[in-house]
Amino acid sequence: MIPAPFDYVAPSTVDDAVRALAEAGEDAKIIAGGQSLLPVLRMRLAAPTSLIDLNRIPELRGVRDDGDALVIGSMTTHYDVQRDPLIAEHAALLAKATDTVADPQVRHRGTFGGSIAHADPAGDLLAPALALDTEMVVAGPDGRRTVPAADFFEDFFTTALRPDEILVEVRVPKHTGWHAHYEKFNRVAQAWSMVAVAATVRTDGGTIAEARVGLTNMSSVPVRARAVEEALVGRPATAESIRAAAEHAAEGTNPTVDGNADVEYRQHLARVLTGRAIQAAMAG
Amino acid sequence: MTATMEPEVGKGRLRKEDARLIAGRTRWTDNITLPGMVHLAVLRSTAAHAKIVNIDTSAAKEMPGVIAVYTGDDLDPEGAIGMPCAWPITPDMKSPRRPVLAQGKVNFAGEGVAVVVARSAGEAEDALAEIDVDYEDLPVVLGLENALAEDAPLVHEELGTNRNALWKFDSGEAGSGGDVEQAINEAEVVLKRRFRQQRLVPAFMEPRSCVVDPTAPQLTMWSATQIPHILKTMSALTLGIPEHKIRVIAPDVGGGFGGKIAVLPEEIMSLLVAQKLGRPVKWTESRSETMAAAHHGRDQIQDLTIAAKRDGTVTGLKVELMADMGAYLGLVGPGVPILGAFMFNAIYKIPAYHFACTNVFTNTTLTDAYRGAGRPEATFGIERMMDELAAELGMDPMELREKNWIKHDEFPYTTVSTLTYDSGNYEAATEKAMQLFDYEGLRREQAERRERNDPVQLGIGISTFTEMCGLAPSRVLGSLDYGAGGWEHAAIRMLPTGKVEVITGSSAHGQGHETAWSQIVSDQLGVPFEDIEVLHGDTQSSHKGLDTYGSRSLAVGGIAVVKAAEKVIEKAKKIAAHMMECSEDDLEFSGGKFTVKGTDKSTGIGDVAFAAFMAHDLPDGVEPSLDSEAVYDPENFSFPHGTHLCAAEVDTETGRVRLRKYVCVDDVGKVVNPIIVEGQMHGGLAQGIAQALFEEAVFDESGTLTSGTFADYLLPSAADLPSFTTDRTETPSTTNPLGVKGVGEAGTIASTPAVVNAVVDAVRHFGVNDIEMPLSPMRVWKAVHSGEKAAGGPGAEAGGGLGSIDATHGGAQ
Repeated sequence: MIPAPFDYVAPSTVDDAVRALAEAGEDAKIIAGGQSLLPVLRMRLAAPTSLIDLNRIPELRGVRDDGDALVIGSMTTHYDVQRDPLIAEHAALLAKATDTVADPQVRHRGTFGGSIAHADPAGDLLAPALALDTEMVVAGPDGRRTVPAADFFEDFFTTALRPDEILVEVRVPKHTGWHAHYEKFNRVAQAWSMVAVAATVRTDGGTIAEARVGLTNMSSVPVRARAVEEALVGRPATAESIRAAAEHAAEGTNPTVDGNADVEYRQHLARVLTGRAIQAAMAG
Repeated sequence: MTATMEPEVGKGRLRKEDARLIAGRTRWTDNITLPGMVHLAVLRSTAAHAKIVNIDTSAAKEMPGVIAVYTGDDLDPEGAIGMPCAWPITPDMKSPRRPVLAQGKVNFAGEGVAVVVARSAGEAEDALAEIDVDYEDLPVVLGLENALAEDAPLVHEELGTNRNALWKFDSGEAGSGGDVEQAINEAEVVLKRRFRQQRLVPAFMEPRSCVVDPTAPQLTMWSATQIPHILKTMSALTLGIPEHKIRVIAPDVGGGFGGKIAVLPEEIMSLLVAQKLGRPVKWTESRSETMAAAHHGRDQIQDLTIAAKRDGTVTGLKVELMADMGAYLGLVGPGVPILGAFMFNAIYKIPAYHFACTNVFTNTTLTDAYRGAGRPEATFGIERMMDELAAELGMDPMELREKNWIKHDEFPYTTVSTLTYDSGNYEAATEKAMQLFDYEGLRREQAERRERNDPVQLGIGISTFTEMCGLAPSRVLGSLDYGAGGWEHAAIRMLPTGKVEVITGSSAHGQGHETAWSQIVSDQLGVPFEDIEVLHGDTQSSHKGLDTYGSRSLAVGGIAVVKAAEKVIEKAKKIAAHMMECSEDDLEFSGGKFTVKGTDKSTGIGDVAFAAFMAHDLPDGVEPSLDSEAVYDPENFSFPHGTHLCAAEVDTETGRVRLRKYVCVDDVGKVVNPIIVEGQMHGGLAQGIAQALFEEAVFDESGTLTSGTFADYLLPSAADLPSFTTDRTETPSTTNPLGVKGVGEAGTIASTPAVVNAVVDAVRHFGVNDIEMPLSPMRVWKAVHSGEKAAGGPGAEAGGGLGSIDATHGGAQ
């Protein structure tokens, strides 16, 4: 349980980090909160030649208001996301999903951007990021570019980030006044989600005006339950219409199989949990 | 005259050892650093069954910091060293040699193949990757029934079979009861069930570790072990080192749960390497090594047949077990399922009983003791059967139990499996538990939920358990061919200043002996709690002992302490009489003082200790010491019992189980420290519930452990468990002077069937009569919706998680 030897750099600005990453070459890794990378290093499943540590870059931490959107620094910890008043007001879904991440120790070390860039389909922040139509701001040697969440997640643990790029910010369009709930299903409190549903809904009178639903661990990447969203919009926010819409939740999903769940069971869970997530969002 | 001291026994004291244990600023084995010490790292087999064609260590030897690399042949060229098994359960038991490091062949994934010695632990680990092992795969034997099949490949060719031993007990033959076949043939109701005890990992908090110093006058080994005394003797026997040349120290040890009742190949390897190099060595395992290489627990298939009358009277019980030993025999591994032989009849008057256990070798990590050892398996079997029988008969499951259990006025009671239960009161514990639980109210709610077809169904599970603990009367162990006695040793040193050192042969690894023993001695000698120090775990100070397992420490080791204290008082009495110029017969001892009867003339035991130390004026022929020691061999086991009631909600839409309420009323006899008892109960319950709902060690078809990290092997935390309602009745044991019974395993033994019974009860109306453990949501959901009882096959592998991380692509940031 001792990692293989590696070089270590802890830059204090994003520019220095980008430069250090370029210099370190292909076998370098970026370390954020280390909640996924460190176990992998200790188990020697990976042996990068260098680690570029982002923990000493102040500009990567915190949440700011940018008009129609919030901007969350990639190194903002889960703990800070949970308690941020801007997020609570304009992106409640993110706060609710973050509440379910692992345990307090992990939430103090782990970072929002680290989770997004790690792209574990069982991670809890990907589906909310997708549902909220966030955009990933990445920095590389040629400057910054923006990638919509829908294009960012490419496969298991694979994103649109190029080897020489760093995720620096996540832009979250404001969803002020939206109902939100993250319904997580796992076997013990600290475990990864077997399936989870991120739902956020805007109502107008008694009618559902807009709905966004993202699914965790139902494919190699987080997925939008578009059919559910379409079935909800324009409907009265009743138990019956929610239940009917949730029946579409597993459409187009391609979940993995493990000892905890086969495809049939995961798809069943997606339908049940989608109904519950929307119900809970409405109630909350 | 001072007021009488309030008795210490029964007082809820916080544990005096906790500050250092919790802060970690203490002597864990891995904290020990010696001058010139080098570090060991073990290369472990990736194959479950393979010939070793070649091991090339040349590149590893060139790595920075590496001092040596050894294979099994380097350390034991003669192939003469075999790890000990101390429990030959039958004369014809097959016992293959387990080498220190694999020689010629590996028999499970995780077996040691080579060891690197380096200046630092990091360098030792770096060099492991440079060892090149050429394996030639052999067919892998997994699963009890597969291993026993006629044409099964063999784990050990030379044995000619995968069958390790067959152990039987039959009440007809023993004369302790009737013939079970006759009982079955004549029964009005016969019920058969097959239950599976999944494999578990004894997940102690501190990984195993040892340090060996060959430069000390005695070859000294520190080890994170439960059994320093046994380890010393076994190391001497295994390596032919004279026993007086070895010292073993178990410093503070972070848990064991049976998982540290072992003589490790790594300990023997450390002794060999340290002697070879003449320098201190340290070996500390990683958690991954613990999971794959430290012994596992349970892993049985139980075929049970119960015979009864229509009125619920049980007339016979037949138990046929298969138990997976893994690839080799552990120190007491083969005997673990046999401990269950005495407990399947539990608290019931069963007139005819048959028990047979076939131990089997497979290409897996070996199994051995794990909290409860044999008794949880038995308790699960009988308590599940009682619920199944109640359902078959249409009886209330508690009523069925009551009809069959031993009544409080029938003690002492000799059971069909030949044990004599000295005391117990099942009625009292049950009555208290039923009230705390609101049994009637929950039954009403259950009926209402069924009536309205609520998606969340409610079930009630019962476990009225007993266990045998306080291992054990030596003569009984002898009759079972166990390789040691069951006594315990204690000594008391009276220091010149009136302070007291207590030496115990028990070896605490989290139990709180330092506190409990101090409380006992405080009452016995009338010395303040704070003036007592308890020493343990070092064979130099605690020279004699049989260590801690099987809930034996208080019921055996604690009594040895009492006996030693009695001897101190006897010695002191002679000197006190001399000091006060009276006859010994005129003295009474109470509250730390010898008082001349009928007067206010007294002398404190501290003054007597000082007088003995000075020795200026002692009676003729009296040696100048109050120090005393005692060895106590119990005349019987002790038999804690209790009634555990679990209410479980089952979400039939998802299969999730939520424990709504858990009530247990345990009778562990006299209680020395209620806080420690409460702690043991809570921890025990968590572990027993974890077997029911969460934990499982799973191997894939190649014999690789897939639940090899805590991301995949699911341990519950407080967030996953209900708030327990624990209470007690107190029926003292009649076979020891403190009236104590032991509490270390009770919660684990009792709780597993209570939970499974509750879940099955919640969904029985869907046609479900069993679900395999662990009761994962998918298994429960499929049992309800398609009648499968083991959906997904064995598998606790977590979705996502460390096991699935793609090391090459993923993980940026």
